Amino acid sequence: MEYILIIISAVFVNNILLAQFLGVCPFLGVSSKVSTSIGMSGAVMFVMAIATLFTYLLQYYVLVPLHIEFMQTVGFILVIAALVQMVEIILKKISPALYQALGIFLPLITTNCAVLGVAILVVNKEFTFLGASHYLNLAQSVVIAVAYAAGFGLAMTLFAGIREQLDLAETPKAFRGAPIALITAGILALAFMGFAGLV
Amino acid sequence: MVVALLVITFVAAATLGAVYVFTGKPIEAARLAKINKAIAEVTPPFDNNPSDEVREVPVDGRTLRLFPAKKDGALVGIAVETATTKGFSGLITLMVGFLPDGTIYNTAVISHAETPGLGDKIDRSKSNFSVQFEGKHPDNFQLAVKKDGGDVDAITASTISSRAFCDAVERAYKAISSGQWQ
Amino acid sequence: MNWRLITKGILKENPTFVLLLGMCPTLGTTTSAMNGMGMGLATLFVLILSNMAIAAVAAQIPGKVRIPAYIVIIAAFVTILQLLMQAYTPALYEALGLFIPLIVVNCIVLGRAEAFAAKNSIAASALDGIGAGLGFTLSLTVIGAVRELLGSGALFGYPLLPSGGITVFVLAPGAFIVLGYLLVLFNKIKN
Repeated sequence: MEYILIIISAVFVNNILLAQFLGVCPFLGVSSKVSTSIGMSGAVMFVMAIATLFTYLLQYYVLVPLHIEFMQTVGFILVIAALVQMVEIILKKISPALYQALGIFLPLITTNCAVLGVAILVVNKEFTFLGASHYLNLAQSVVIAVAYAAGFGLAMTLFAGIREQLDLAETPKAFRGAPIALITAGILALAFMGFAGLV
Repeated sequence: MVVALLVITFVAAATLGAVYVFTGKPIEAARLAKINKAIAEVTPPFDNNPSDEVREVPVDGRTLRLFPAKKDGALVGIAVETATTKGFSGLITLMVGFLPDGTIYNTAVISHAETPGLGDKIDRSKSNFSVQFEGKHPDNFQLAVKKDGGDVDAITASTISSRAFCDAVERAYKAISSGQWQ
Repeated sequence: MNWRLITKGILKENPTFVLLLGMCPTLGTTTSAMNGMGMGLATLFVLILSNMAIAAVAAQIPGKVRIPAYIVIIAAFVTILQLLMQAYTPALYEALGLFIPLIVVNCIVLGRAEAFAAKNSIAASALDGIGAGLGFTLSLTVIGAVRELLGSGALFGYPLLPSGGITVFVLAPGAFIVLGYLLVLFNKIKN
């Protein structure tokens, strides 16, 4: 039950893109086609889950015991950058097919603020469900990271579908490109606001 | 290659350590100033330093901090730092001041993440919602919104935030009425 | 002194309206003019210092570890900023929240490091950082002002419209919509 609440809250209510504004750059940059959006979302989910796992361990087994929590930002970004490199190398060796699908997105992910954002969010925020509030444990952290990534994928894919149609529509010149994409995203965010209060 | 990276990391870490040491005191002072300001807002004038006499009282699995405000050695009010998880988005932390007889003297929001323009009206600077608690005694003022059968006028379109506010105040009252702190 | 290094960041290469960089903090922190300006100034701080530091050491860094080295430098300055803000502007630090540590992954900062600071002198890099930072600050302040005016009927905290505002503009959808229309306006003026 707890996990279901976490997932619903992360995918719909607190959608990382449309409610928390994390990962907007790839959202606007990559999402002009449904197929690339799905590829990007897959890569983000993969990296986000692993990154959250490692940053969680870093936070609670290194930074907190040593009382150097202020090194969080530096430590996390280093872990994420190193992980992305490693994932790229390992993926290339083990599964060339998956590498083909996700590989081109991997370098973009280090500077995707959604990954660092979720890693920080997970260890800093007290989450509330079932009337009690506590910091997440490791399993919950990874689940919430995957759920955030799923929300990212959902918003991104929905948006790509809309943009494929938008390309065919006649748009005033000043609106073409980013402006109309942003306004569309605004309307999508408006729709997602309907989920507020669900959990 | 590795050496260059190591040197940079080392220099960065050393600089950070130095800044951390340098800012340690001001950060602590800023944190304390915020608490002290909230205490001063919610209690009658006092002449002691309530943060020096802080007491911790567990209520519903959460530890609340009580700050006794005294004037000429006599208790004039108690500020309770309380929190609720029932807000619309995340934790809401309040300071609730009581007179020694349990009457609410004043309230102040310490931190919240409620929606701007809606739930953030729990904050005194945004609306008069919290004024209605002043001078009320929780024994004859039901700390629940009118929709739930209580006496509190909820913020329009922000019932959840209003309920959460009541919840936090209620918990603060539990902390002082338990008498554990004396 | 080359003033064009500063002015180009404000208009011709405005990070927000022309280059569309740093969208996350742009959308996330502009709920009021004050918050927008605060975020812009915080980024300006990191931009100037990281640009100068990177310009100073770029020649000594082997190409392969260039990006990780830049990230460490930027992250260090961001952490310094976090500590200073916690000490001296705790209220603003809380209002901006997550977006302060996220300056590390702000494409503007790494972008300026890679595109300018790595190849130019310390002084020129500082000016470049000031330009890009001011451009970013200005854009965020404008977006924040529009959202605050429409959403809460106020400007820099001073109530202007007696009726309040249309709340949706300070919420998430308003961020996208206001930025979208400001871009349209910017395109119109530019052409």
